[in-house]
Amino acid sequence: MPQHDVLVIGAGLAGMRAALAAAEGGANVGVMSKIHPVRSHSNAAQGGINAALNPEDSWESHAFDTVKGSDYLGDQDAIEIMCREAPEEILHLEHLGVTFHRNDEGKLGTRAFGGASAARTYYVADITGQAILHVLYEQLMKHEEVYRYEEYFVTALVQDETGHVAGAITRNLRDGSMELFNAKKVILCTGGNGQIYNPTTNALVCTGDGIALAYRLGAPLMDMEMVQYHPTTLAGNGLLITEGARGEGAHLYNAEGERFMEKYAPNKMELASRDVVSRAEQTEINEGRGFPDGTVHLDITPVPRKRIHEALREIVMVARDFAGVDILNEPVPIKPGNHYVMGGIKTDTDGLCPVPGLYAAGETACVSVHGGNRLGANSLLDTLIFGRRAGAHAAREAKAIAMPTAAHSQLEDEQRAIDTIVRRERSGRRVSEVKAELGRIMDAKVAVYRDDEGLKEALEGIKRLQEEAKTVAIDDKGTVFNQDVLGALELGFMIDNAEAITVAALERKESRGAQYRTDFPERNDEEWLKHITVTHHGNGNGNASSDDVPELAYSEVTLTQWQPEARTY
Amino acid sequence: MSDFALKVRRYDPESGEPAYWEDMSIELEPERSVLDAILKYKADTDNSLAIRCSCQAAICGSCGVRINGQSRLACNTQLGEASEELRAHDGTIVVEPMGNMPVLKDLIVDMDAVHWKKVQRVVPWLLPEGDPPEREYIVPAESMIDITQSMACIQCGACVSACLSMEADPEFIGPAALAKAYRFVGDPRDSQTEERLRDLAEDPHGIYDCTHCFACIEVCPKDVAPMSQIMRLRRRAIGDYGIKDSNNGYGHEKAFVDLVEKYGTLHEAQLLPKSFGQGSLIRSQIDPDSLKQLAGSFPTVIAGLKSGKVNPIKAIWHKKLADQKQVKRIYNEVESRGERIELNLYIVGEDPSDNEGEGAQEPAGGDRAGADAEAGKSEEGAIQ
Ligand SMILES: Cc1cc2nc3c(=O)[nH]c(=O)nc-3n(C[C@H](O)[C@H](O)[C@H](O)COP(=O)(O)OP(=O)(O)OC[C@H]3O[C@@H](n4cnc5c(N)ncnc54)[C@H](O)[C@@H]3O)c2cc1C
Ligand code: SF4
Ligand code: SF4
Ligand code: FES
Repeated sequence: MPQHDVLVIGAGLAGMRAALAAAEGGANVGVMSKIHPVRSHSNAAQGGINAALNPEDSWESHAFDTVKGSDYLGDQDAIEIMCREAPEEILHLEHLGVTFHRNDEGKLGTRAFGGASAARTYYVADITGQAILHVLYEQLMKHEEVYRYEEYFVTALVQDETGHVAGAITRNLRDGSMELFNAKKVILCTGGNGQIYNPTTNALVCTGDGIALAYRLGAPLMDMEMVQYHPTTLAGNGLLITEGARGEGAHLYNAEGERFMEKYAPNKMELASRDVVSRAEQTEINEGRGFPDGTVHLDITPVPRKRIHEALREIVMVARDFAGVDILNEPVPIKPGNHYVMGGIKTDTDGLCPVPGLYAAGETACVSVHGGNRLGANSLLDTLIFGRRAGAHAAREAKAIAMPTAAHSQLEDEQRAIDTIVRRERSGRRVSEVKAELGRIMDAKVAVYRDDEGLKEALEGIKRLQEEAKTVAIDDKGTVFNQDVLGALELGFMIDNAEAITVAALERKESRGAQYRTDFPERNDEEWLKHITVTHHGNGNGNASSDDVPELAYSEVTLTQWQPEARTY
Repeated sequence: MSDFALKVRRYDPESGEPAYWEDMSIELEPERSVLDAILKYKADTDNSLAIRCSCQAAICGSCGVRINGQSRLACNTQLGEASEELRAHDGTIVVEPMGNMPVLKDLIVDMDAVHWKKVQRVVPWLLPEGDPPEREYIVPAESMIDITQSMACIQCGACVSACLSMEADPEFIGPAALAKAYRFVGDPRDSQTEERLRDLAEDPHGIYDCTHCFACIEVCPKDVAPMSQIMRLRRRAIGDYGIKDSNNGYGHEKAFVDLVEKYGTLHEAQLLPKSFGQGSLIRSQIDPDSLKQLAGSFPTVIAGLKSGKVNPIKAIWHKKLADQKQVKRIYNEVESRGERIELNLYIVGEDPSDNEGEGAQEPAGGDRAGADAEAGKSEEGAIQ
């Protein structure tokens, strides 16, 4: 049985940063990922990463923008930590070798991003996430003492008899073998859950596994109703056009040729917060001022060519290859699309969850620094700051305790559960059908505009899919790279995520950040300036069941320096 | 919507059966990708077909395969285009796993055993001098933009799959890993530039093992142009550090350049002896140190003569180009420049005569042109 002081699950930015920090803290570390680490979805972050590093800028200003962006739902103590530690983290990455863009003096240069009062986004052309991800992987290759388990899929978490987390159960995708990993501390860094929506900007692997693993263990999820729709995604396939495009000066037009953001955010225009721009677009489309294919246009031609080539090359390729549009000469049709989950596993500012021994960081976690709406380029920062803090804290704490006992019987149970999935009759629906229906429900009823009736319908649908997911048909009976059985497990995880999101959205009877309730169109600080947590009391393992009732609770929003104000851009 | 015919190579290691072809017919819009077609087949018909994929946007580097014999990403190859290619079998799109790496199942290959091992070989992390500064390292903006081209590599392995040298010499470090090496060699923050270059030049499977076949440039979905990066490693090794490697890669490069300067095209009979010393085959003045290596190349020469690929008469009395003066002019022009000019996709030339324009602002009209221009502009660079 492999044993580690700290076991990091997920090797995106959050996971690799956590693993490196834990190793620096002297812990014996294992880091595992269901795909090769450099394939993680952190790759997709084109735009950049925020930090108030310029002498003229201040972390307070960054923090205030973040608080305002969050529609005052973000916890200000956590936001302060993130913004204060941001400059040091950027410098650390630079020292490790990230090839950040320089200004004429050879110092780090910035670009503008939405919702920010200063240009404080640091970047590498439009491959920022990829560049940082690859550099962190370089560091993992360098630090051979950190054990890497690549193409290992975690199917369940394990607790000892006191309820302290004691490890995880994994499936090695190459040969299908199952193993019990024993660990003193487990850090979940499994990324987002965008695949429950269709379309989405998220990759196929973003199935909310960690969120569901923690949920099944009884860990509370927080702010789950806050799901970000990004203003500029390609209509057909949900691919993202980075906010960097608008940061560099691109404009939005409706079918009448109007630069409609004038009506919604006269000061910040295209660079208002994402929820604001997405809602503006959706309103234009819903009120008949969009193009016939349900889009508006993004025009990048105001940006100088040279600048496009050096800073936005990726999106020229994306538009050409995936939408057949030459954005150097013509506008590209876009619409709001699912992008990011602000909510996740509730943690404190050291990444610690209410379940002992369990940590979470990155998109999987909810500290909460993003509250109701995440600012562009704040997510990479979140993954790194809280990944590092979680790794360091876990390493410290691990020293103080003995290895918890992990019962072998759990491995046998999991093995049996998977064997049953593989062996069952091919009578149920296909994984793909259930997943497609889930995506349709979520995009129709739990998207930019929501109401009581739609959310209730969505929940009914989700409950039905929860049952259907238990009998999905499996084609692949083998062990080597059995992606079919993996798909069935991920489907279970996704439906649990969808349930938590919808239950929370139904509960929040106001409009704040990404949650816009047409039946409660105002923000209501008196009653709803609080987090909603969703906790599942199931049998620990296995899919949540349709008759389980998730428990809802509230927790305070931490305010430090900034009192809620009306939010205009 | 149209019907597309696909022929997919399948292999199940657990069945005990050899690999086989599976035919499928998929209805999709022509601008959808080959990956979309495979995913549709998995969704509707048989989910046991294995392919790595995640981003569907040519970002994660998972879905490298061979389509109609060409290594590329399944997610950025459009069905319509692929079915119309000459290489397609009467409109049937042929999909196979990548080459030069062992197949694990269906379209999944073992990248750890080949690709990642080679990446690890080039010491792929920054080695700065001493403690880091209080703030950032101050480096020229261009240097960062310059190495961004190799940072753009998504480690998909398409170039490894296509590399001809690697097929002949599986130990060749290969295009992706060498492009990664350039990312450190070109990085002014790294303190081991010379050591890295010496290491890669001395390794018999290193920078001089590439045969300039251009395959990696052609297949790379991110325009990393690995061969150009390899050529830059050579130029740095020779031009900046004067590294004369024991494989005599240095001599070979120099002979190439000198011969083209003299004859306008490559005088093949003189290449070998000149690579190893000053002489030609007739007036032999070969550097004794190189004799052993030269002797080692005779079997190749003899095989060439036997197969008729080398015509001894033509090879020895090579004709000069009619307009040899033009070649000389290019050499003079290049050699009169104080600094080497490296073209790169992210710095696309700031020719003052070109403001709005296409021309130099475009990513160098395909990398082949870029690479050629680059090679031509370097003092000691090979001219191919
Ligand atoms: C298109 C796009 C553009 C973006 N642009 C920006 C931007 O410009 N700036 C910004 O700040 N943010 C941006 N974001 C958001 C940001 O990229 C992500 O929120 C962030 O990268 C998430 O990092 P992570 O480490 O939490 O997760 P990921 O990078 O998604 O990593 C998750 C890891 O968990 C592993 N994993 C998952 N499940 C399992 C399991 N069951 N078993 C084992 N391993 C598992 C995966 O293999 C992977 O290694 C963007 C997001 C998208 C989709
Ligand atoms: S140019 Fe060199 S590295 Fe590239 S494929 Fe050909 S032999 Fe391999
Ligand atoms: S150089 Fe290009 S082809 Fe080779 S691995 Fe990198 S991205 Fe893929
Ligand atoms: S699926 Fe990511 S590169 Fe093709």
